[in-house]
Amino acid sequence: MSGFPILSLMLAVPLVGAIACLFVGDKMSRFVALGATLATFVLGCILWANFDIGGAQWQFTERADLFGRFQWALGIDGMALMLIMLSVFLMPLCILASWDAIKQRVGLYMAMFLIMEVVMIGVFMAQDLLLFYIFFEAGLIPMYFIIGIWGGANRKYAAFKFFLYTLLGSVLMLIAMIAMIAEAGTTDIPTLLNYNFPPEMQTWLWLAFFASLAVKMPMWPVHTWLPDAHVQAPTAGSMILAGVLLKLGSYGFLRFMMPMFPDASAQLMWIVFGLSMIAVVYTSLVALVQSDMKKLIAYSSVAHMAIVTAGLFAFNQQGIEGALIIMLSHGVVSAALFFCVGVIYDRLHTREIDRYGGLAVNMPAYALFFMLFTMASIGLPGTSGFVGEFLSLAGIYEASSWVAFVCTTGIILGAAYMLYLYRRVVFGELTKDDVKAMPDLNAREWTIMVPLAAVALWMGVYPESFLAPMRGDVTTVVARLAPAKPAGDAHLAAGKPKTAKPHGETAHGSSHAGGVQ
Amino acid sequence: MTADLALVWPELILTIGGLITLMLGTFAGDRQVGLYQLSSLLTLAAAAAAVVALFGIETTVFSGTLSVDSFGGFAKLLIYAASFVCIVIAPRFFNGGMRAEYPTLILFAALGMGIMASSRDLMTLYVGLELNSLAAYVLASFMRTDERSSEAGLKYFVLGALASGMLLYGISLLYGFTGTTDFAGIAKVLGGELNIGLIFGIVFVLAGLGFKISAVPFHMWTPDVYEGAPTPVTTFFATAPKVAAMALLTRVVIDAMGPAVGAWQQIVIFLSLASIILGAVGAIGQKNIKRLLAYSSINNVGFMLVGLAAGTQQGVEGVLTYLLVYMLTTLGAFLVVIQLRDANGNQVESIPALAGLSQRRPGLAAAMAVFLFSLAGIPPLFGFWPKYLVFEAAVNANLVPLAVAGIVASVIGAFYYIAIIKTMYFDDKSDTEFPKGGGAIVEDAVITASALWLSVIGYLFIPVLAVLSASAAAVLF
Repeated sequence: MSGFPILSLMLAVPLVGAIACLFVGDKMSRFVALGATLATFVLGCILWANFDIGGAQWQFTERADLFGRFQWALGIDGMALMLIMLSVFLMPLCILASWDAIKQRVGLYMAMFLIMEVVMIGVFMAQDLLLFYIFFEAGLIPMYFIIGIWGGANRKYAAFKFFLYTLLGSVLMLIAMIAMIAEAGTTDIPTLLNYNFPPEMQTWLWLAFFASLAVKMPMWPVHTWLPDAHVQAPTAGSMILAGVLLKLGSYGFLRFMMPMFPDASAQLMWIVFGLSMIAVVYTSLVALVQSDMKKLIAYSSVAHMAIVTAGLFAFNQQGIEGALIIMLSHGVVSAALFFCVGVIYDRLHTREIDRYGGLAVNMPAYALFFMLFTMASIGLPGTSGFVGEFLSLAGIYEASSWVAFVCTTGIILGAAYMLYLYRRVVFGELTKDDVKAMPDLNAREWTIMVPLAAVALWMGVYPESFLAPMRGDVTTVVARLAPAKPAGDAHLAAGKPKTAKPHGETAHGSSHAGGVQ
Repeated sequence: MTADLALVWPELILTIGGLITLMLGTFAGDRQVGLYQLSSLLTLAAAAAAVVALFGIETTVFSGTLSVDSFGGFAKLLIYAASFVCIVIAPRFFNGGMRAEYPTLILFAALGMGIMASSRDLMTLYVGLELNSLAAYVLASFMRTDERSSEAGLKYFVLGALASGMLLYGISLLYGFTGTTDFAGIAKVLGGELNIGLIFGIVFVLAGLGFKISAVPFHMWTPDVYEGAPTPVTTFFATAPKVAAMALLTRVVIDAMGPAVGAWQQIVIFLSLASIILGAVGAIGQKNIKRLLAYSSINNVGFMLVGLAAGTQQGVEGVLTYLLVYMLTTLGAFLVVIQLRDANGNQVESIPALAGLSQRRPGLAAAMAVFLFSLAGIPPLFGFWPKYLVFEAAVNANLVPLAVAGIVASVIGAFYYIAIIKTMYFDDKSDTEFPKGGGAIVEDAVITASALWLSVIGYLFIPVLAVLSASAAAVLF
């Protein structure tokens, strides 16, 4: 497998598909897009199968000196691999989700989605700072079109807000990148990861990166573009926005800010913790009072992302691994929840929670899946949400018990708003005539639900499949952060075992004394 | 003297070719469009070939008043290319109203611009500038019967004359206090102590040149002239003279005023930020696409000045790359504007009329979207790269506040670019029909080529661009 440019191929397949979609007409473009995304997914699976866990940090590296000043440098580590898998897994489902819902300008729509895919996986593959920035920013254009052309009633406002908000954040990061390149004299990310920037410079660079990534994340108080964008975007747009685009921010935290500016990260971690604590509680409360389903899930995304940031800045193995699992889990679960909304939106053309009720009666299969994803979002043990939340909260507790305390209330509030949503939509009396007339899931919707549900359960039951490739990279980051890491307020230490009073057999007592406790 | 003439072949070719074109028009008549168009295009091609042939020669001619170097060569190639396109697209636009004066005037303007780009003496600077300006005034009012066109010509002339006055006043002050009009001589004196007269001279020269590049606060003429002038002429104004004036400004600032960094740098920084911000804010309310592109050019000049403000070789390289990319983008955008004709064949310039263009003319709308995103500097479009270069130069020259202010203001600029894209893509179809066809193949080819180049292919040319701009910029240092 070595030497074959599989990463470039993964970028080329959807790109070629996108160009083809523009020219083959509306009907064919659906199949072209599905074919291209499935092919990319297969390539992704090959990538995962050939990824050497515990091997070199950067694998499948490619380097071509195409651009003079910077390179076409690709390569992945475990974290990037998992996020790429998330993207290529969601993409065919997004195409399927918009199979019937999108009726106008289908070719352009499919092309935009495929470009979106190129850009997203490009971000995770880029090994060159400028290449990363180009991919990172390029996502604005297709998303602008997706929201603006195929969105809801207020789509134009939402598209503008999305574009300008995220652009304003990103440009500051560009200035920081220029300063980094000037200081370190290279655009190579693996080299920059081990470059020690002067601490006072780190602070400024950190703040500039933070301005950009916090908007992408999004963190409170710059999250306001997200509910607008989500509500107005078409179903598949919301799926990809929540599923992958929000992960770009946390990926940037983990890939750039923490390992490149460890001192500043430690110095300014109070900002992240403070904003995360506010976000968890505040956006959960806001979610509780929403009457629009998509808005509710959008606010819940902000709350989940806040636990991710807090987990990352715990600076320890559990916290970061937990944050990564939340990222993956939220990617699957929030996409699934947005799809659940899309399913009933396609039937009734409203997102008002009050317009529904009693769906459990006439749509039992739908109710089952919706229940599963609701539980996964809440973090019920056995679902993906539990693993991530438990790990990250354990990590946060080690760093600061207060932050852990506040973040945990977010979990409780999360259960409140999700269950409340579920009760109002699915339970209750089935009184409304138009709701009664809604048919249950069709074959296409089953095809989308089943893989999402399978992955959510897989990640909940055996998260090791997902954690194993990332563990080494997390350890590297933790080691890089170790010198700067402030002491946590939880002084975890192994307790002193008391020797149990001997009763019964003596052999039992002796084995206890030498035990692990 | 004769040896010197062998080094100014491009200028000689343009002079002779311009005269031949004029004669052809006079004797063959204005109806023979193909004939005089061909002669003018051949002239430009030959002049460009002469520039290429002279590439690599670094010397001065005519007692050091004019330089022959790769910096001038780079600028001249851009100028000739833009002039070429502007002549090609004209006959269809004027639709029977084409006259031989049009290519002739463009050739003489190109000659003047070439002299501007390679002057190294205040006198040649002024001669080149005026030769270009006089031709430009006439071109602006080329459609004699059109009120807006005449108005544009008059406005351009009056304000241009004012600017020339300021420039001449500055030149006289510099001459009076340094005792020379030679750039190198001026630089030598400016390296010593500055007195109030020299500072006044610098300020006035920069103000006069600021008018030519339409930097804020000397930009007032730009929207009116761009709107009023016939579209091929506007295309010309937005490209070739911008390149020439920017090259001239760069040469004056680096060559003549190089040692007095403290004196000019703050002026350039002010011009730069004012242009970026006002160019962006002013564009927001515009309803006419040509006016909007005028503000966009003001805005982009501001970004070029960021590179110039750095005052380093890296900065000049950034400016040159920026000029090239800007020129291609602007040419493409104006060619799209020229293609926008309603069912009766009338030009459509109103932005609201573009609503739903993406459904009537998907290819044209897509090309326009590429140009606009590129002008806004959004990656992966190639317009990002020159912006990156100038900001990099500014950061490396310790002008971080300028870079931050400029790049934040660029977000304001993005607003109006994406607003046009919104009109073309998101809005419902307007009543204006845009029938297909009728576009010359050359126009379509130029639009397609520049849109493709600006999309992502341009990045592959970065090494070539870097070598070219570095060799050109190295001349000044």
